[in-house]
Amino acid sequence: MNPGKILLVEDNPDDVTLTMRALKSHNITNEVVVAQDGVEAIDYLFGTKVRPAAADLPAVVLLDLKLPKVNGMEVLQRIRSEERTRLLPVVILTSSDEERDVMDGYSLGANSYVRKPVDFVEFTKAAQQLGLYWLLMNQAPPSPRAP
Amino acid sequence: MAIRDWPIKRKLTAILLLISGLVLVLTSAAFVTYQVVTFRNTMRDNVATRSRILAANSTAALAFANEADATELLGALKYDPHMVAAALYDRNGRILATYPPAAAADLVPPAPQPDGYRFEGGRLVGFTPVAQGGNQRLGTLYIASNTKAVSDALRLSGIIAVVVLAIAMLAAYALAAVLQGRISAPILALAETATAASTRQDYSVRAPKFGEDELGTLTDAFNQMLGRIEEQKKELQQHAKILEQRVAERTQELEHRNEALRRNTAELLAANTELDAFAYSVSHDLRAPLRSIDGFSQVLLEDFATQLGDAGRDSLHRVRAASQRMATLIDDLLKLARVTRTEMRTERVDLSAVARDIVGDIQRATPDRQVEFTIAPGLEAEGDARLLRVVLDNLLRNGWKYTGKQPQPRVAFTAVDENGSRVFVVKDNGAGFDMQYADKLFGVFQRLHSAAEFEGTGVGLATVRRIITRHGGRIWAEGVVDQGATFYFTL
Repeated sequence: MNPGKILLVEDNPDDVTLTMRALKSHNITNEVVVAQDGVEAIDYLFGTKVRPAAADLPAVVLLDLKLPKVNGMEVLQRIRSEERTRLLPVVILTSSDEERDVMDGYSLGANSYVRKPVDFVEFTKAAQQLGLYWLLMNQAPPSPRAP
Repeated sequence: MAIRDWPIKRKLTAILLLISGLVLVLTSAAFVTYQVVTFRNTMRDNVATRSRILAANSTAALAFANEADATELLGALKYDPHMVAAALYDRNGRILATYPPAAAADLVPPAPQPDGYRFEGGRLVGFTPVAQGGNQRLGTLYIASNTKAVSDALRLSGIIAVVVLAIAMLAAYALAAVLQGRISAPILALAETATAASTRQDYSVRAPKFGEDELGTLTDAFNQMLGRIEEQKKELQQHAKILEQRVAERTQELEHRNEALRRNTAELLAANTELDAFAYSVSHDLRAPLRSIDGFSQVLLEDFATQLGDAGRDSLHRVRAASQRMATLIDDLLKLARVTRTEMRTERVDLSAVARDIVGDIQRATPDRQVEFTIAPGLEAEGDARLLRVVLDNLLRNGWKYTGKQPQPRVAFTAVDENGSRVFVVKDNGAGFDMQYADKLFGVFQRLHSAAEFEGTGVGLATVRRIITRHGGRIWAEGVVDQGATFYFTL
């Protein structure tokens, strides 16, 4: 069985670099697919006219909220509305702890909501715990058949 | 129509007619009675005279019992049409002659009756003695006359009386019709005026005055009353007008204010929306660069520690500390903004329980510090549970923080009743403050201690005051340097 991929939806390249570093520093070697905005994330998950959807769903989606074009909430809504991705674990990983965002995130069916700490040491710890939990400890839903 | 419902005119006329009629009837009755009595007396005298003359002439006939002479004598009575019957009785009471000569037995009594003249059965009958030489009685003369003359006289008197009565009553009626007006006209005028005033609500009408009698006084009083009512009505209308005007003015004023309020609300709403967007943007965007600064500083520290040297590492540590401090500042500012933005839900809040909860959190987080917390039981207030929690959290943590250099740190949460309102008190025996700067305590970013002494952003108490203000309450503080601070607040 393939080790699950991580889909990191993040528009800030600094955050991408730091997140990758945090994950790697804890020996989380799963492949990380980066989508730089909502459209890329949706294209990756559901495919486009010129490219089919990814054959395997990622083990977990780390979703930023404030994204160009299509924002994180819309991506989450799309994920939950499609039969294929309905049960896909989605962790919102974002800067804001606005109550509105937290409420909306959970209402739309996010599995978890994590605020990125400014302190990089704390951030690294959070990334490690996320990886440990969602990639190793969590029992993922059975993989649906490819369309 | 019952008499009491008659119009006054008719009543007055009726009273006048009744009185004058009664007087006339009584007068007429007296007149007729007098007539009849007088006439009867005259008639009796006439009959008596005639009887005496006849009696004197009859002496010879009676003395000689000459029936033929007697009959002839009596026969002369036929010239008086009123004579009904006559008879001559002799000394022994036997009838000598009668008139008419063959008189029926019921016309002539069979024997003489006591002398004298009297009315009997519609006739005047008289028995006259017939004497000679003054004292020798020879017999008795009987004469009966009908009383037709009396009844004729009576009838005439009656007719006269009735005619006079009729004429008098007519005159009385005419007079009454004219004179009753003197009394009824003012009353009618009063009634008319009163009706006009009451039905048309027209108080400008006045009853005409006819004289200085009681009705005149009544009219005056009534007119005065109308005048006063009219005056009061005018005053009332004036007042109503003023009131209306005032209402209109107030309404307009209110509308203006409403308009201003609407504008203000709209502006406020726009400002709030902007603030909301601003805060949201800050929350998302301002922290990201800080994360990069802190993150890459850490990367440098981890990957290039040896090349950096002590000075370089120190610098990077400072960069990291600064970015983290800035993150805290941003977070605190966002909290302050949130306090203003969040909708309040008012409910009964058990402040004692909230305080115990917060103290529990503090003690779990810092088990190495021993601070004696005292929380009075049963302190309750109406307010937004979450916001009040922020208030107590800030005040209790402040107490905890500023007692850091005190060997026996104490923080107490109690309440006192002042002028009937509840005042909550958070008191500590910590660093305190100089009362000179008391007004700076609650300003944003205002601090009375350096960050080196006691760390903090200067946002906490500003947040507390904003929450208290939103609850319609007040907060103030008292402090003595190195002896402690006391915060009072009402809700």
